[in-house]
Amino acid sequence: MAIEVRIPTILRNLTGGDKAVEGKGGTLDELFTDLDGRHPGLRDRLVDDKGLRKFVNVYLNDEDVRFLGGLDTEVADGDSVTILPAVAGG
Amino acid sequence: MLTIERALVDQIVAHARADHPDEACGIIAGPAGSDRPVRYVPMANAERSPTFYRFDSQEQLKVWREMDDRDEEPVVIYHSHTATEAYPSRTDISYAAEPNAHYVLVSTRSDEETEFRSYRIVDGEVTEEEVRIVESYGA
Repeated sequence: MAIEVRIPTILRNLTGGDKAVEGKGGTLDELFTDLDGRHPGLRDRLVDDKGLRKFVNVYLNDEDVRFLGGLDTEVADGDSVTILPAVAGG
Repeated sequence: MLTIERALVDQIVAHARADHPDEACGIIAGPAGSDRPVRYVPMANAERSPTFYRFDSQEQLKVWREMDDRDEEPVVIYHSHTATEAYPSRTDISYAAEPNAHYVLVSTRSDEETEFRSYRIVDGEVTEEEVRIVESYGA
């Protein structure tokens, strides 16, 4: 078992075109670090020095992680994580 | 070039007028790879602001899932400017994350006429494109 992570179009150049990848970790932070080992550069697109990037939406089992624990949100085998770029502007 | 049915243009303009002076936003979904906008999906502007828009994150997930299930993609991503011209702002350019989408900008700054323009935004580069409005896509 692992955690499934769904990747948006704009980041698939980092996953060899794959729409979904698998990873492991006890928190979202650990999961992103684990993924970055196999998909270098991915973590940097999701996280900056203040935490989760403001214009990236991350969902744990359909729940926006901003309303859970952000990068400290606990994750476990069998969970599903979805990444979507926010649609925003001025 | 963006080719789009008049009825869809009318829906986008009506949405922008209804939400004025706040910015309105949404998408027109279409079959993946077709470049043909078909299904009008107005979105809530979570910012409810005259100078900024952001899709509500929960609604966006629901709509993106629906498109996945129907093998669709966001062919058009639209939003309105309510006091300035229908040209992408700096923030529009920096957050544009769908290189295959037509970014439609509508301006409601004038009461009489509504500007309706379309752009490609790829890696921070803006390219305006022609908009061809048709009565129907035909067969």
